[in-house]
Amino acid sequence: MLEPIIGLEVHAELETQSKMFCACPVVDTTQAEPNTAVCPVCAGMPGALPVVNRRAVEYGLRVALALGCEINLASIFARKNYFYPDLPKGYQISQYEQPLARNGRLVISTSQGERVIRIRLVHLEEDTGKLTHVGQAGPAYTLVDLNRAGIPLLEIVTEPDFRTGEEVRGYAQSLRSILRYLGVNSGDLQKGVLRIEPNVSLRPAGQTALGVKVEIKNLNSFRALERGVAYEIQRQSDLLQRGERVRQETVGWDEAREVTFTQRVKEGDEDYHYFPDPDLPPLVIEAAWAEEIRAALPELPAAKSLRFREQYGLNDYDAGLLTAEREVADYFEQAVAAAPEAAPKMVANWITGELFGLLNQAGTSLRECRVPPSALASLVGLVSRGEINQNSAKSVLGEMFTTGQSAESIVASRGLRQVSDTAAIAALVQKALAENPAQVAAYFGGKEAVAQWLFGQVMRAAKGQANPQVVRAELTRQLAERKD
Amino acid sequence: MTALTTLSLAQTAAALRRGDFSSRELTQACLARIARLEPALHAFITVTPELALAQADAADHRLAEWRRLSPPFSSFANGGGPGWGLLGIPIAVKDVLCLKDVRCTAGSRILENFIAPYTATAVERLLAAGVVILGKTNTDEFAMGSSTENSAYGVTHNPWDMSRVPGGSSGGSAAAVAARLAPAALGTDTGGSVRQPAAFCGLTGLKPTYGRVSRYGLIAYGSSLDCVGALARSAEDAAIVFTSMAGRDPQDATTLDVPVETITIRDSTPLADLRVGIPQEYFVAGMQPEVESAVRAAIQTLEALGAVVEPISLPHTQDALPVYYIIAPAEASANLARFDGLRYGPRQPADGLWDVFRNTRGERFGAEVKRRIMLGTYALSTGYYDAWYGQAQRVRALIRQDFEQALARVDVIAAPVTPTTAFSIGAHGDDPLAMYLEDIFTLPANLAGVPALAFPVGFDSRGLPVGMQLMGPHFREDMLLQAAHVFQQATEWHKSSPMV
Amino acid sequence: MSLTLSQVEHIAHLARLALTEDETQQYCAQLSAILEHFTRLQAVDTSSLPPAASGSPAGSNLRSDEPRPGLERDILLRTAPDVVHDQFRVPPVLEEQ
Repeated sequence: MLEPIIGLEVHAELETQSKMFCACPVVDTTQAEPNTAVCPVCAGMPGALPVVNRRAVEYGLRVALALGCEINLASIFARKNYFYPDLPKGYQISQYEQPLARNGRLVISTSQGERVIRIRLVHLEEDTGKLTHVGQAGPAYTLVDLNRAGIPLLEIVTEPDFRTGEEVRGYAQSLRSILRYLGVNSGDLQKGVLRIEPNVSLRPAGQTALGVKVEIKNLNSFRALERGVAYEIQRQSDLLQRGERVRQETVGWDEAREVTFTQRVKEGDEDYHYFPDPDLPPLVIEAAWAEEIRAALPELPAAKSLRFREQYGLNDYDAGLLTAEREVADYFEQAVAAAPEAAPKMVANWITGELFGLLNQAGTSLRECRVPPSALASLVGLVSRGEINQNSAKSVLGEMFTTGQSAESIVASRGLRQVSDTAAIAALVQKALAENPAQVAAYFGGKEAVAQWLFGQVMRAAKGQANPQVVRAELTRQLAERKD
Repeated sequence: MTALTTLSLAQTAAALRRGDFSSRELTQACLARIARLEPALHAFITVTPELALAQADAADHRLAEWRRLSPPFSSFANGGGPGWGLLGIPIAVKDVLCLKDVRCTAGSRILENFIAPYTATAVERLLAAGVVILGKTNTDEFAMGSSTENSAYGVTHNPWDMSRVPGGSSGGSAAAVAARLAPAALGTDTGGSVRQPAAFCGLTGLKPTYGRVSRYGLIAYGSSLDCVGALARSAEDAAIVFTSMAGRDPQDATTLDVPVETITIRDSTPLADLRVGIPQEYFVAGMQPEVESAVRAAIQTLEALGAVVEPISLPHTQDALPVYYIIAPAEASANLARFDGLRYGPRQPADGLWDVFRNTRGERFGAEVKRRIMLGTYALSTGYYDAWYGQAQRVRALIRQDFEQALARVDVIAAPVTPTTAFSIGAHGDDPLAMYLEDIFTLPANLAGVPALAFPVGFDSRGLPVGMQLMGPHFREDMLLQAAHVFQQATEWHKSSPMV
Repeated sequence: MSLTLSQVEHIAHLARLALTEDETQQYCAQLSAILEHFTRLQAVDTSSLPPAASGSPAGSNLRSDEPRPGLERDILLRTAPDVVHDQFRVPPVLEEQ
């Protein structure tokens, strides 16, 4: 029985204004004109020297503290030496023996229950430039754009605690959520602002020695992440069961064919000959500063989700959906506060059902949309008080979304207010029954489906504006009465 | 006109302020001298006449304004404060310090066509003080060497004896100042590269405390050792250059936030009770006897001037050589990894990407540079790191401790700079180790980060200059300069010039 | 402390230096001699010390997060050997042999 042993390395670009070791602006490297945010330092020009960006350190500390890590109050920057065209200095300034933080944890929920994933370390480093390979028409070559070189990166490494692709995905989603909550990273996997690299190996169950590790790159979505890991587990398992050996290598994920392919074979450990960077003194962190940052941490997704379950009576699923993004959670809480007579569950449903649907269709974000929490709250209030029915409400929301008008004004101008008044409805039901004796007789003759037709008649007479629940109840009551 | 170029920097500055001559006239005199002597001397890699004259004109303009606005001060010899000490003064800059829009080669073919896109902070500060830059001086390739013979741009000759080396790696700067092509020059000292050429050329050379002068814009060799220094013909002159460029730089995280006080060189102060330590480990067998006797005589002069001399020990002196030649190459191996022919500098033709790296570096780095890169790579590599690099760093800490303990007992340490006077060009041929041994007296100060000042104390029977150095506690350049100045008021060694 | 030729070749590979056979021999001899001279280093007793991190004293010099424009692109590319579409052009990145 082979057991998958999986560890995860995540690289997150930090959303600072300037780069890690120089004052060049941090730009969207998928958009900016190439080589327009580059200086002697990040270009690795002769004589240039690095100076650490304080905010990058602050963001790194935020993440480390949010993950429950121990902060190293005197961490050290080290040179990781290797040659590559996207590495201007011929070394990357990173951290090695003395990283920023160690020994954290992240609890994830899986279909098998909760699991604790141990975080081995968190450290700061700089990003490399971007390579573009050109080779379709004519002789092949590679282009180098240094806009990305030097952007601050936070590397988060776990212990090999994962066993399935599902767990990996769960962790990645939780971590992404936390990074967004902390305002340090947008979580965009497609743009490579957040990069997730699992390393996968297999070993016979019960054995302690680790098998040969394969690192997977180019996983640009959570789906790819889960599938890539699952594929690699299977591929290695097949190899081993055929008596072959797994090669230690880096593989890429081919999204189209859904397979992994060899990118770079590693013969033993790469010799990066790390040594402390003599251009940078030890990164000394005042304990008071770290404490300040810890105290200022926002309520994180896991804690918020738990609180939502307890405070608003939501189930796991809904709480999870609402707390995945901080702005959604905030929106929800503001809407609930503004609609005190509506059940929070109802508010939740309106957000995760209808509102999300509209946002997806229009491709806008919650922050940009024209329905602020108070407006949604008033709509939900109308529904909960029975003043409009569900279908009407959906239509009203659609119009609110497009026009930015209030629920009240749309309901008024379209005359959508529904009648819930029992007496008025009783009268309509009575009239319908009186006007359709044959159908009533048919109903009592055993054709129960006729009740639906009678219901339809009442709704028609009310021009759709009768509260359906009240109509149904009244119809049932009057029919029952007539039976006797 | 030759009289202009024999003045000290301080005298020149005063003369310019008085209007005795203009910066342009002075610059032209220097350029003329350069044109005459350079073919034989070869102190420069790049001379910048147009730039220099433009800077001279700008300085003359400022000088005229100064005279117009403050007539009562124009008769002061040293008046106007430290900011005026360099206005209109021509200097030379070692070709490892970047000057914007001027070629910067580091003495290497791998930067043959590299035009610096920015200016080093130290140079920038001197420019702000109004200097005139005559050009970029010759250097051992990437500052690795003790003779300037490792330059890819030819050998510089010692103006005292053209068959001999001027020392290295700041040999071009030293030759330029000794030959009176400029009153002062910037050099760099990683293992002795300012002090040793100063000693070989009869100059006063200052290696400041590590972290005193910004390394931003200095093409890096040994990052934890490199210091920008000054070569001049007196301590007074060196002080002026030093104070104008020293101080914390936000672009260099290794510069220290220690204020740089104006160093007022007082003529009249004797060396009242200055405690001078003489380290026994620096007077070794194998030294040229005349070097030893000149240094010992100079120590006696210090005593006569009021100093109190006592023997001290720096027990780990012998270990400095291997420590230096592990740490500096290790740091250099990483610092020079950026030279790959991809983004700047020439690129060797090659079939594939990796051959671009290998061919460009293999063909365009000189032998000494390749040796040190390999030595450094070896010392850092897996399996060897702890025994070599790790051990070297630990022993370095012991060397630092030696200095701390000694300097708790004495104010300054006096020692020879070199085991011999200037050797002949080609003397060390293919023996790298023999060349390394030239540095044994200068390396320890770099490892400990302490300031050190070399100045002339005599000549040998061949008429070649002998130098001595004073080393002091961190940040006490003032004490070294003051002591050397007092010595120079009582002696004439520093006033001698070669007949060129 | 003798290095073997294959060690020298490996170091040259790590440092991306193309060496001729003659050079490899020569450097092997020179580096061996140098390292031989340096073996005294290993005998020095450093047990009284904590590990020395770097040459500069502690005290972080951090920079505030204020962006400043970088180099003008034409100056950045000024001495580049091969530029296409405002980017540095290099031979294609293929797997190393």
